[in-house]
Amino acid sequence: MTTTAPKTPTVEADAVRPPQRPRMLSRSARRTLTPYAFLLPALVMELLVHIVPMAVGVWISFRSLTQFYIRRWSEAPFTGLDNYRVALDWSGPTGAELMHSLLVTVIYTVCTVGLSWLFGLTAGVLLQKRFHGRNVMRTLFLTPYALPAYAAVITWSFLLQRDQGMLNHILVDQLHLTDDRPFWLIGDNSLWSLIMVAVWRTWPFALLCITAGLQPIPQELYEAAEMDGAGFLLQVRSITLPLLAPVNRVLILVLVLWTFNDFSTPYVLFGGSAPHAADLISMHIYESSFITWNFGLGSAMSVLLLLFLLVVTVVYWIAVNRRRRDA
Amino acid sequence: MREARWVSAARVTVLTALTLFTLAPLYVMVSSSVKPLGDVQDDFRWWPSRLTLRPFIDMWSTVPLERYFVNSVIVSLAAMAFSVVVAIFSAYAVSRYRFRGKHAFSLTVLSTQMFPGILFLLPLFLIYVNLSNLTGINLYGSRLGLVITYLTFSLPFSIWMLTGYFDSIPRELDESAAVDGAGALRTLIQVILPTAMPGILAVAVYSFMTAWGEVLFASVMTGESSRTLAVGLQGYATSNYVYWNQVMAASLVVSIPVVAGFLALQRHFVAGLTAGAVK
Repeated sequence: MTTTAPKTPTVEADAVRPPQRPRMLSRSARRTLTPYAFLLPALVMELLVHIVPMAVGVWISFRSLTQFYIRRWSEAPFTGLDNYRVALDWSGPTGAELMHSLLVTVIYTVCTVGLSWLFGLTAGVLLQKRFHGRNVMRTLFLTPYALPAYAAVITWSFLLQRDQGMLNHILVDQLHLTDDRPFWLIGDNSLWSLIMVAVWRTWPFALLCITAGLQPIPQELYEAAEMDGAGFLLQVRSITLPLLAPVNRVLILVLVLWTFNDFSTPYVLFGGSAPHAADLISMHIYESSFITWNFGLGSAMSVLLLLFLLVVTVVYWIAVNRRRRDA
Repeated sequence: MREARWVSAARVTVLTALTLFTLAPLYVMVSSSVKPLGDVQDDFRWWPSRLTLRPFIDMWSTVPLERYFVNSVIVSLAAMAFSVVVAIFSAYAVSRYRFRGKHAFSLTVLSTQMFPGILFLLPLFLIYVNLSNLTGINLYGSRLGLVITYLTFSLPFSIWMLTGYFDSIPRELDESAAVDGAGALRTLIQVILPTAMPGILAVAVYSFMTAWGEVLFASVMTGESSRTLAVGLQGYATSNYVYWNQVMAASLVVSIPVVAGFLALQRHFVAGLTAGAVK
């Protein structure tokens, strides 16, 4: 650590170099303030773009902020919990739609994160062994993560077109699995299409993290297990998974939060308005805010979403850590 | 090392399936971009009826792609430059100093990345609109507003990754620089930065990618003159006709710079993730 010597090396430096101007602050005060000076730009930006808007968002959620007040929002009348009451009233149209959207988002998140993690783990483990073309394959697998969301997803929307798309060409024209061409971007199928596209975009990140997590596991562990007669699956269960646990704990949480808040994938895939079956929560709040310009209600929904995610995160973290202690 | 037969069979099967899954849209993108319009209007075809580069020429006139492109380049480069500098300063403080609130700072910055973007989209929109009215500095509908917004999006990961990188640089280097009379800033510039260059490059590419690919804020915060590719590319689809071959050509062109940058530096991303995860 650098904090060992009370005689900091700058002492000699200052002794050689006479001070050009009277010091405003003592040396120890400067030493205390230096880290904050380095943090200042980040703090200012975080305050401007995240912290203050969040506080404003909470404030707005208690107001009736409709289109009349967009340019003078401080005058929007205070309405207490009205917005929350509307959002949480599941027998009313707004509340029912929000609930539906939440359910769709939960299904979407569970499927996308589950499959992405499974793909990432399987590929990560299978790519541990050296073979010809391994690096090419790794690079190929990471490409979807590097592609800009809109370019990749717009390609998927072409691939999923009913009449000109590649998927229906394979399923209907070449494999003759069904006679009438299914719609993939409207109706009930749209949720599964959305999950497929999201998995395609997400699993490379899981692979990237799991590959990083696998690297420090010594090869000797596997060799020793092999000597004891442990097969492949037992090795994965008794060596790989336990040693990956710290990576997995964080990875799954990050994936869940990102997927839950996903906006780009549905927005680009469905061209700006989501079908009912795939009405993810971010899209739902976005659409209801900017179509009706009722920012008060939109903010209340956003705050509820944040609270929901906070609860999920805390419960998850407690559950994972309890399991770790018991193990 | 010998392995069971079924394991090698599973390896081939699973990796082949994942390869096909990964390749499918990439193949559609590349092959459709060299097809004549007729090929993408009817049934899908695996091969172009004839190869053409027309889509790469026509795409510039169907929508004002050049303007979107220039906007995206300016916004992403500016967001990248500011974000990297800000992240370097923060990571240096976190890595080299003990101070009160260090833990709180790291936690706050990391958690902002986890919050729903929609939560601060609405207020930020209001703040930018009203700040523009008040001060005359155009934050809403301008590139400046996007730059400020985007630079914070890549900060959390950048700070986290650079802190890991800086931690791996031996402190003896700092100390010997200090003996030579270097202050904190000079130590950072002359000792830390050159040693951490691969990490800084990786972070720069990451920041650029983040800004280049962002959709949500771009769809709300840009006007016709500041529109970026993220929104502009949808222009091919909203007109009453979709020029799929041009969309694919444009998608390909906007993807190449970021994919090339990412793949060139992927080794350092893995190294950075490992450095961060080890802590």
